[in-house]
Amino acid sequence: MSDLLRVIGLTKKFGDFTAVDGIDFSVARGEVLGFLGPNGAGKTTAMRMVTGFLPPTGGTAIVDGFDVRIHPIEVKRKVGYLPEGAPLYDDMTPSEFLTFVANVRNIDGADRDRAIDSAAGQINIQHVMHQPIGTLSKGYKRRVGIAQAILHNPDVLILDEPTDGLDPNQKHEVRNLINEMASDKVIVISTHILEEVDVVCSRAIVIANGTVVADGKPLELEARSSFHNAVSVRVSGATDSLADKLRALPMVGKVETSKIGDGKVSLTVFPSRPVNILEPVSECLRELSVTVEQIHVERGRMDEVFRNITTTTKS
Amino acid sequence: MVTTLAICRRELRAYFTTPLAYVFIVIFVAMNGATAFFFGGLFDRGQADMTSLFSMLPWLYLFLIPAVAMRLWAEERKSGTLELLMTLPVSTTSAVFGKFLAAWVFSGIALSLTFPVWITVNWLGNPDNGIILASYIGGLLMAGSYLAIGGFVSALTRNQVIAFVVGAAVIFLFMMSSLDLILAAFRGWAPIFLVEVIQSLSFLVHYDSIVRGVIDLRDLVFYFSIMGVFLFANVVVVDQKRGA
Repeated sequence: MSDLLRVIGLTKKFGDFTAVDGIDFSVARGEVLGFLGPNGAGKTTAMRMVTGFLPPTGGTAIVDGFDVRIHPIEVKRKVGYLPEGAPLYDDMTPSEFLTFVANVRNIDGADRDRAIDSAAGQINIQHVMHQPIGTLSKGYKRRVGIAQAILHNPDVLILDEPTDGLDPNQKHEVRNLINEMASDKVIVISTHILEEVDVVCSRAIVIANGTVVADGKPLELEARSSFHNAVSVRVSGATDSLADKLRALPMVGKVETSKIGDGKVSLTVFPSRPVNILEPVSECLRELSVTVEQIHVERGRMDEVFRNITTTTKS
Repeated sequence: MVTTLAICRRELRAYFTTPLAYVFIVIFVAMNGATAFFFGGLFDRGQADMTSLFSMLPWLYLFLIPAVAMRLWAEERKSGTLELLMTLPVSTTSAVFGKFLAAWVFSGIALSLTFPVWITVNWLGNPDNGIILASYIGGLLMAGSYLAIGGFVSALTRNQVIAFVVGAAVIFLFMMSSLDLILAAFRGWAPIFLVEVIQSLSFLVHYDSIVRGVIDLRDLVFYFSIMGVFLFANVVVVDQKRGA
């Protein structure tokens, strides 16, 4: 019950098409939830329902005890939301725009100036505060959108693709900002950039075709990868029998090899059971006295897991 | 209330940060002058009044007011800012009312800029300023009801041109409903009372009596009912069409 955000059986149908099909999840304060899924999976539709923009066909979302179907205004007060594509009023300057948002959110006087300064400072847009939004670059527009969402220091922050269109430095800044704010909020970010999940999310939900197909910590999701615990090595001066020798080791499943020139070979050794096989593999390499240039244990590959769980459910 | 005012201020500012406001005001005032002096024969009539201006006003409004109203919702839907606006703690009613109020204030500003004509007739003669005041109120009420219709139509589409054309057409039907053009279509089959109801919906009939200096409660009720009905329809449409 202490979960700030609870989503219960949330469903949205557009005619015969079911965009979101009964998703359930809860998020507690301090969690950063990554909302993953292929394009068209229903991420944006789900976020639009949680933020009170779209009325759900079934189910509901509850924010700090307020049901979005019954108390939409209360929910909107508690939520900061960056809609997909960060739509903004192009004819206003960030300063005018944030003032407008503050007025609508009933923040006035000195509090308003403080809130605007703080949001603008956190997201680094102070020097463009008086240029029309329409003339700003994509990265700045996105940041003005984020500033709008964090202006009232909301308990629940919902960001639909917050780093889309940002350069690597700006992405880094936004991720830092999310990490800084994470401790006392619920943050939900949708993304299809998988590396982001590792960097900012404490938990990830994968949805495909409108249903939740995976829910867990990023490490748990990575553990589902066939690469989890696999050992990758790059060696030089290897003989052709190397792969066979490795394959013969106990607990080793298959071995993939690929030549990378200069007599160097890269091998990936997969375990047959979910155990760490670094020890036997490195011992074997030592016995064969090949020169090891690189060796590491794979954590698992998010993109592979993502592909597996979002495509197998399609059939 | 606070949110309604915040939205109203933003909308009003939006008019003035684009060329729309200035183009509109210049054309509105120039055309008012032109129609009053040339078609209305302000000088030739030899009377110190503003009848010539106010008799042309409904026709100017017919295509100028939909131009003010067309962007109210169509633009928000097209640019996606509707999602931003409707996920702020704003009820649909206060958003609709705030936008309408901004457009109304803006048309009021434009209408008030016809004051040189008022100065002219006062300088040339002794007009009945009571009638002129009533006429300004009539013009304002007419602008308000046109705007309510235009705003409603704007919420139906994301295309501003369609919003303009359809808005003007609907307003035209309301204006014409006292004339045979519309009534003849009903006379053949509709009961008398329905024909009379349709006839009573005409903007022109209600406007004419106000411009003559008689502010009848029935005329006020008529204008405010039109505004109320279309603003309500506007709220319903915005709620229905969200995200579609």
